[in-house]
Amino acid sequence: MGICVACMERDIAGALGLHRVPTVQYLRPEIMGLVLGAFIAALLTGEYRSRGGSSPVVRFFLGCFAMVGALVFLGCPWRAILRLAGGDGNALVGLFGLTVGIGVGVWFLKRGYSLGRSMPRPYGGGWILPAFMAFLLILLIGRVSFSPGGPIFFSRVGPGASHAPLLVSLGAGLVIGGLAQRSRFCTMGAIRDMILIRDPHLISGVGAMLLAAWVTNILLGQFRPGFTGQPIAHTDVLWNFLGMVLAGLAFVLAGGCPGRQLFLSGEGDMDAAIFVWGMIVGAALAHNFNTVSSPAGVSPFGPLAVLVGLIFCLVIGMTQRDRP
Amino acid sequence: MDPYRIDARGLSCPQPVMLVERALTAGKIPLDVIVDEPVAQENVMRLVTKRGFRSEITDEGPWVVIHVVA
Repeated sequence: MGICVACMERDIAGALGLHRVPTVQYLRPEIMGLVLGAFIAALLTGEYRSRGGSSPVVRFFLGCFAMVGALVFLGCPWRAILRLAGGDGNALVGLFGLTVGIGVGVWFLKRGYSLGRSMPRPYGGGWILPAFMAFLLILLIGRVSFSPGGPIFFSRVGPGASHAPLLVSLGAGLVIGGLAQRSRFCTMGAIRDMILIRDPHLISGVGAMLLAAWVTNILLGQFRPGFTGQPIAHTDVLWNFLGMVLAGLAFVLAGGCPGRQLFLSGEGDMDAAIFVWGMIVGAALAHNFNTVSSPAGVSPFGPLAVLVGLIFCLVIGMTQRDRP
Repeated sequence: MDPYRIDARGLSCPQPVMLVERALTAGKIPLDVIVDEPVAQENVMRLVTKRGFRSEITDEGPWVVIHVVA
C-alpha cells in the first residue's frame, strides 16, 4: 500500500469515530510521522515559522472537496503514482484527470487567483497540529478507548486492519516527512510547475518515487499490469478522471498536494493545517454521505459530490483575487 | 534607475515565482523581490538563474530581498 495521504487521513477520521465504516478505521502513524518529521526538520534547520490567516475557511472546504474527489478515484496523487508503479492502468486515467485539474487551476492562477497573504503569527500557533499528531500517536500506542464500544476504533478486517508494524510506519513517516520538508516535495507542484513555467525541478522527485516503487514492485513480484482486478481500485473511467480533476484543481487552489500540506503544517503553516483538517473532515463526510467509491465502482452520491465540488472550486477560482 | 519592487511576503506557492516571471518577461530589471519563506527564495532564485539573470541577497531578518540584475 505504501502511503496514501487521502486514504490514511480517512482511516484516521474513522479511528476518531468521525465516520463509522468498520473496515477503514486506524490511526495511521505514517500521517503523524509525516507531520512530526517535517516539524523536527523545520525546527532543526530554523525553518519553523508560525504563520497563517490566508482564507482559512476556503482552505478548509478545498480540503473537504479534494478528499471527496480522491475518494471517488480511491487515492491521492501519491497513491495514483504508487498504483501506476504496481501496474494499475486506472491510475493513468486518474493521473490524466489530476493533470487536467491542475491545468484548470493554473489558468485561475494566471488570471490573478489568490487566497491572500499569510501573516507571521506568534510562535505557539504552528505547534498545534504537530502537538495534535503527537497526541494521536499516544492514543494509538495506548490503544485508548474513551467509552465501551466507542473510539478510538481499530479495524479488525479490511484495509484498516492492514498496516505495517507501528515502528516501521512511524519511522518511515518521520524520515519521509523530514526529507520531504527539506526537498519541498510536492506531487501537484511537480505537474503544475511543468505546465506553468516549464520547471522540472519537482517532477524529478515524482519520477524518483515512481521509479523506486516500480523497482520495488518488480523485485517483490507485485507488478501486475492491467485495468481489472487491481487492489482497491475500480475501472469507471469517467469518474476516475473527474474525481482526480476535482482533487487536482483543489490542490492547486490550496497551494499544495496533500503530502505537501502535511509538511507545511509541520513547518508551522496554520493555513496548511486547516486544509489537512478539511481533508480529514471531508473523508468523514464522504463516507457518511455515501460518496466514496468501492472496487465495484462509484457510489450513489459520488458523482454528484464531485460535480458540487467542481462548481465550488470554479467559483472559488473565479472570485478569490487580491484587490489590485 | 530605481528597481521594480515585488512584495511576495506571505504569498502561497507559486505566486512569488509567477510575479517574478511576469516582471522578467516585461523587462522590469533591475528587480527587487521581497520574500519571507526559504522555499519562495529558492524558487525565485532558481527561476532568475534559469532566465539568465544574476541575483544578490540582502538579509533583513524576517525577510530577504533578492536583487535581480541583468
